[in-house]
Amino acid sequence: MALVGPNGSGKSSLLRLIAGLLRPSAGRIEFQGGTAERTIGEQAHYLGHLDPLKPSLTVAENLDFWAGYLGDRDSPADEALAAVGLGALTDLPAAYLSAGQRRRLSLARLLAVPRPIWLLDEPASGLDAAGQERLAEHMREHLATGGMVVAATHGPLGIECEELRLGGSP
Amino acid sequence: MTALSALLVRDMRLAIRVGGGALMGVLFFLIVVTLVPFAVGPDLVQLRRIGPAILWLGALLACLLTLDRLLAADHEDGSLDLILMGGTPLELSLLAKAVAHWITTGLPLVIATPLLGLLLDLEPLAIGAVALTLLAGTPALTCIGLIGAALSVALRRGGLLLPVLILPLTVPVLIFGVAASNAAVAGPLSFGAPFMILCALTLGSLVLGPFAAAAALRHGLE
Amino acid sequence: MALIDLANPTRFLSVTERVLPWLAAATALAFAAGLYLVWAVAPDDYQQGATVTIMFIHVPNAWLAMGVWTVMSIASIGTLVWRHPLADVAGKSAAPLGAAFTFLALLTGSLWGRPMWGTYWVWDARLTSVLVLFLMYLGVIALWRTVDDPARAGRAAAILTLVGAINLPVIKFSVDWWNTLHQPASVLRVGGPAIHPSILTPLLVMALAFGLLFVTLHLAAMRNEILRRRVRAMWLLQAHPAQGA
Repeated sequence: MALVGPNGSGKSSLLRLIAGLLRPSAGRIEFQGGTAERTIGEQAHYLGHLDPLKPSLTVAENLDFWAGYLGDRDSPADEALAAVGLGALTDLPAAYLSAGQRRRLSLARLLAVPRPIWLLDEPASGLDAAGQERLAEHMREHLATGGMVVAATHGPLGIECEELRLGGSP
Repeated sequence: MTALSALLVRDMRLAIRVGGGALMGVLFFLIVVTLVPFAVGPDLVQLRRIGPAILWLGALLACLLTLDRLLAADHEDGSLDLILMGGTPLELSLLAKAVAHWITTGLPLVIATPLLGLLLDLEPLAIGAVALTLLAGTPALTCIGLIGAALSVALRRGGLLLPVLILPLTVPVLIFGVAASNAAVAGPLSFGAPFMILCALTLGSLVLGPFAAAAALRHGLE
Repeated sequence: MALIDLANPTRFLSVTERVLPWLAAATALAFAAGLYLVWAVAPDDYQQGATVTIMFIHVPNAWLAMGVWTVMSIASIGTLVWRHPLADVAGKSAAPLGAAFTFLALLTGSLWGRPMWGTYWVWDARLTSVLVLFLMYLGVIALWRTVDDPARAGRAAAILTLVGAINLPVIKFSVDWWNTLHQPASVLRVGGPAIHPSILTPLLVMALAFGLLFVTLHLAAMRNEILRRRVRAMWLLQAHPAQGA
């Protein structure tokens, strides 16, 4: 599903609400088909505006940490890094990455740890055309395996999906 | 467990890499201890008498000033969001961060204490007592500081807010830490009693710190 | 990072590669001669006995403690005024060496003080100033460690070094004033202007040996730093192949 709408219409807030990072002042968020005893946040990946990377750690160390922390296991980071096109830079400190490369590294986290829901906030920001193409491909694969994607975006996502328009009509 | 050890290893790596603050605390400790004789005078008899107190104050300040970045850095780059969301209980994650902070900040302070004790002309027995009380007491400082770090992140205020919030809470640790060190050298109390209370304070704050900090972070979500 | 910046360091690397073995040999020779003079020629002091030997290590280190800061200050001027690429390399590599020599001066002074004063440490004016100098070295090293980009860290460290160089006499003066104000318990001091040649000669040879040691280690450290920056530049090139060439 794509969330579209002008700046300030509440796309990011909605994503943060779903992720459990904001508390609704009224109402409830329910997720049908997931594991009942786990919160949505535990079953979802949240890709916010910020790339949660530490500049002094290498690319692989950054990803290994999130794979270990979110996935609770030692997962092979190399595959995920190769999938986002960072396979050659594994031992480079993240400080040397450009904005687009940092974004790709954040995306690699989604591939390294399988979770059913992807909450993406402007996932394509900073990505070049090839990167956006790859992103669309990853989303298509995720959907094909029964996953769910909720993305806030201004541009086209590159996949066929429903659109939820927020804010007053322009 | 993998999640917690991953967090522990990451925080320790960050502390020793470029820009990390692992040795900064020790350097700050050394500078504070060096400054005291400039204020009170170079008389060794006097310095020997107040030595344990100086070392404790220095360690307290060094420990607290490095806590400022404990959660703020993770908040700024969005890591904290993911730590909040993840399946690992927030209390345990915060405890893992506190352990990493203690290993990279508190423990070096304890190791540096004998050297600084020599500067203040302390007896070997007094040096041992101060080092032992710091070993028992600095985990309490880290855990109490964790609460302050969580509050200042939740309130989005950095800088001096943290020490202002936290320093009053460290008073009991300071009292019993210095009391135990002094008792070991001069008496008349026994070393055991205040030292046991110090250990109790540490164990208590090990439990209280992560829970209070987690609560502060969750309420910061509103 | 343009290629022209590397031109000078490249020449530096090739020159030092040839010079370093000779320097290392000269250092070893000077130490051999110095130590022979210290143990075989220099007499034991009539008051202090054999402990006077520590002086031959202590004094050269104390001289170097101040000398290295001077080297760093000159390098800082080079960084700030001429923006010479080798200047901040020199400044950065000198700081840990200066800290090490200062630490050795403090350590040997403290070991010497044990039999002389009955305690490892006295807040004597001279010792205290050297301790403050040591703290300032550590501060410069901490600054270098905090900032990842060498060009930015270099300018900041250069400013700090120069401020330190201006401040050192002020610190020395105030520490002296503080110390006389408080009248420390007891301070013994050896030497004075008249040092017997049988002590002076070994001391000067040892000073020469330590000086050569510094030059050798400094050049080696500068080589390492240049190579480290090249590794960094190659990393950058690897990450952004389009912009690097």
